[in-house]
Amino acid sequence: MWQGDYLYLIENLILKDFRIRYRNMSLGMLWSLVNPLIMMGVLTFVFTKVFDKNPIPHFPVFVLCGMIPFNFFSVAWISGTTSIVDNAGLVKRVPVPREIVPITTVLANCVHLLVQISLLLTLVFYFYGSNRQWFWLPVVWGLEVVFVSGLALLSSAINVYIRDTRYIVESANTVLFWMVPIVYDSAIVPQKYRDFYEINPLAALVLTLRRILLQAQGPDGPTHTLWKFAGVSFTVFAAGLLFFHLMKPRFYEHI
Amino acid sequence: MSISDERPAILFHGVWKSFVRPAGQMLIRDRLKQMLRPHAQEVFHALREVSFSIHPGESMAVIGHNGAGKSTLLNLTTKLCRPDRGSIEVNGRVAALLELGAGFHPDLTGAENLRINAALMGFSRRNIREKFAEIVAFSELEDFIDEPLRTYSTGMMMRLAFSVAVSVDPDILIIDEVLGVGDMSFQAKCLERIMQFRNAGKTMLCVSHSNETLMGLCDQAMWLDHGRLMECGPINHVVEAYKNSVSQQTMYSAG
Repeated sequence: MWQGDYLYLIENLILKDFRIRYRNMSLGMLWSLVNPLIMMGVLTFVFTKVFDKNPIPHFPVFVLCGMIPFNFFSVAWISGTTSIVDNAGLVKRVPVPREIVPITTVLANCVHLLVQISLLLTLVFYFYGSNRQWFWLPVVWGLEVVFVSGLALLSSAINVYIRDTRYIVESANTVLFWMVPIVYDSAIVPQKYRDFYEINPLAALVLTLRRILLQAQGPDGPTHTLWKFAGVSFTVFAAGLLFFHLMKPRFYEHI
Repeated sequence: MSISDERPAILFHGVWKSFVRPAGQMLIRDRLKQMLRPHAQEVFHALREVSFSIHPGESMAVIGHNGAGKSTLLNLTTKLCRPDRGSIEVNGRVAALLELGAGFHPDLTGAENLRINAALMGFSRRNIREKFAEIVAFSELEDFIDEPLRTYSTGMMMRLAFSVAVSVDPDILIIDEVLGVGDMSFQAKCLERIMQFRNAGKTMLCVSHSNETLMGLCDQAMWLDHGRLMECGPINHVVEAYKNSVSQQTMYSAG
């Protein structure tokens, strides 16, 4: 049994990821901002100039509100999926609890997320001002981290046994980008497809964030999206931990 | 953790361990093939019915040809993998010198790598603060510790890794073929440090292809051949038996 300082280890592994990523970039942290800004620009052009009947006010902020949580979800999930295989050197040589690997990978992406959140909040503040519901933001984003960690635990364990898992996850993310109301308002979704949006946790996340940031309303709304999202997040996390725990004894033989 | 004299430090009881070939890199089609033809796999037995016990304070050498199961035996002891059958009991804190350089990354500095490696080996924040200077001094890398690891020579890198590894204060020390680190004077220093462990009454389990090194370090030895435990006892006796079998084999193959 590995006896050690979990928090210190996780801190060191996150710092490692952060340093490796930014040390060789002249612009450093700015790169975390360039990507969402470019995407925001392109999507705004397409959905306000090409399709020029868009009624949504401050469309760039609206898009960013969906894109930032989605990008974090997508990047953290994909990198979490390959984390065990990518860190074979650790998994095969050090008896640290394996759960640390995918969870740390997700947490390392939070550094990115924080930079992007500050961009988002700056823009929201400029166009909409702040409101008291902002206190809910850490809860909402915290739930997202729990949700992605659960998914990463599940998919990283499967990826050890079946290596194409990462391509399945990547495709799922491409589909999700359009199935989550990022570039459109969920209000325009026809009634017969609404059920799908109701059960999609990512849609609930984006709707909750928009309600807080753009409409200055409480996070929970009439359909209790926040409660549902919280339930789903913790369930997925628990399922992920359990599944990972069952699969990990044979990681060594399969990496 | 204190160890009572009656409890063995390491106890293997009827341990079997096999690996299925081909393992690793499996895509969906490989898994499907496996399901359709479950018997097409080749099973490689790394350990067959191995039983032994090492008492606290004993130092045990493991000898045998390549692929005899020595590394599997060490990895089972550190709990990196689990036996198919049989039981393994390990009492006390284990430090393995087979973790040399786990988690090292070329873009990080020597000091940063040192901290990550130490955290992986179970150091707490306080441990590191107390021992950092000592570890660096032992490695004789004071002038280079803030340089990126990619500027290090292999010898320097191994010196850093070894210095972290021996600064753990384990009850059981596992050494895998790492005594060829650095130049002559550094090797002497490593041996001296290991002898200190031995004289302090720590349990040791060593693998090396140099019988001379092993005879200097250990009193007991076990000889593995194709996963079977052939002999276990005083090191002079076991090394003699191993040498005889090797020379006989060469005679047969020559004749």
